Amino acid sequence: MTLTKRIIPCLDVTKGRVVKGIKFLELKDAGDAVQLGKFYDEQGADELVFLDITASSDKRKILIDLVERTSEQVFIPFTVGGGIRTVKDIKEILRAGADKVSLNTSAVKNPNVIREGAKIFGSQCIVTAIDAKRVYINSPEEAKDKIIIKLQNKEKYCYWEVYIHGGRTPTGKDAIQWGIDAQNLGSGEILLTSMDMDGVKEGYDLELTKAFNEKLSVPIIASGGAGNPQHIIEAFTKGKADAALAASIFHFGEYTIEEVKNLCQKEGIPMRI
Amino acid sequence: MTFYIAIIDYEMGNLKSITKLIQHLGAKSIITSNHKEIFNANGVILPGVGAFGDAMEQLRKKNLISAINRLKEDNKPLFGICLGQQLLFSKSLEMGEHEGLDLIKGSVIPFDLKKVDKVPQIGWNSVNFINNDHYLTKNIPNNSYFYFVHSFYVNPENRNDIIGITKYGEIEFSSIVFKDNIVATQFHPEKSSKHGIMMYQNFIDYCKK
Repeated sequence: MTLTKRIIPCLDVTKGRVVKGIKFLELKDAGDAVQLGKFYDEQGADELVFLDITASSDKRKILIDLVERTSEQVFIPFTVGGGIRTVKDIKEILRAGADKVSLNTSAVKNPNVIREGAKIFGSQCIVTAIDAKRVYINSPEEAKDKIIIKLQNKEKYCYWEVYIHGGRTPTGKDAIQWGIDAQNLGSGEILLTSMDMDGVKEGYDLELTKAFNEKLSVPIIASGGAGNPQHIIEAFTKGKADAALAASIFHFGEYTIEEVKNLCQKEGIPMRI
Repeated sequence: MTFYIAIIDYEMGNLKSITKLIQHLGAKSIITSNHKEIFNANGVILPGVGAFGDAMEQLRKKNLISAINRLKEDNKPLFGICLGQQLLFSKSLEMGEHEGLDLIKGSVIPFDLKKVDKVPQIGWNSVNFINNDHYLTKNIPNNSYFYFVHSFYVNPENRNDIIGITKYGEIEFSSIVFKDNIVATQFHPEKSSKHGIMMYQNFIDYCKK
């Protein structure tokens, strides 16, 4: 009897189809995002995230169609991110049936989109996605305008810098401060991706997740680095995350969501099973 | 006359997921603020996401308050969801004090940050059915999980109005209530996978009777 921690599979989509190969499913159309979403719902996923990585100009229409088809078959919350810039974009995505939108580059460039979006649609549907990368320093004096964390077991310090444009462009912005600002503007959740750990499969950046949890009061979704169930367990126990996002460990059939949830529960982490 | 569920449209919240789920269950729904369409429906859903005061203002503007009150006289099944549940109560303390529809006695109050970790509560929490015989929870195991997103919760004056209880942090609150023609949930059954789907099925079955 308590709020559970959430396990969230993330699907990279382009033109309505999942980009990364899905090897274990015998679906008629193995790359169809809706079918995969439905499959994860049945497996026990707590939410879904669709990240549209298309760069073409006609993407909006295809994305809207995907959101509509998903809302016909998937009855868990789902978030849509990628290229959402304006309040009008947010409205279109939500109207099509998404529960939340995730804002990244657009929110950094124009933080007001968070405020406006939250005011009109409610904080619960505005997720701010932050791509954060470590910057190591030897003493806190080196970066007085940043929120600095002393690294555990090391005589070293670091802060995290916000990157935009899918991790290509550094902004000079402090990630923790940006998280606090996003929360104050009305964002209801933070989707926090460690650029240092993303794709490495050696675990989440637990210090980053923990620092966000300590400084912010909205839920934190840890992202980037999950290679096995132990990493997800650590995101909850050591990183204090409210939710863990993962992609490849589920897509390639290495582990099912059910297996991961059972292992988490054994460690005393509240799970919906 | 064809069976249909009327979803009250007062421009608050995501109605698509509710219509899609009803469609998924093979029933028809209409999103409407038209009194005639509401009165002719077999059952009515009052959805809602957003702020209490704004929502009451919208209901007033669209002349929907008298329509909702009449559903009680007609004994028509009414299902309130999330903010739609809160609106049924006497008053809310969200951003000042606002009068509600007063169909269920009690108030809507905020989570105390000293007693819970985070506000809003976002995610899956379990519901303890304290009234096991209710039609809404038929075929759903006790303590099943449902999806919540909220900063306020209802506090009914009469314990007999409560069907389900949920614990968040140190607070126990009413997550399913009923009264006369009304059932209402704080969580979103349309986002709660198979058990939420079953809840809609139960409501539709009841409306068919």
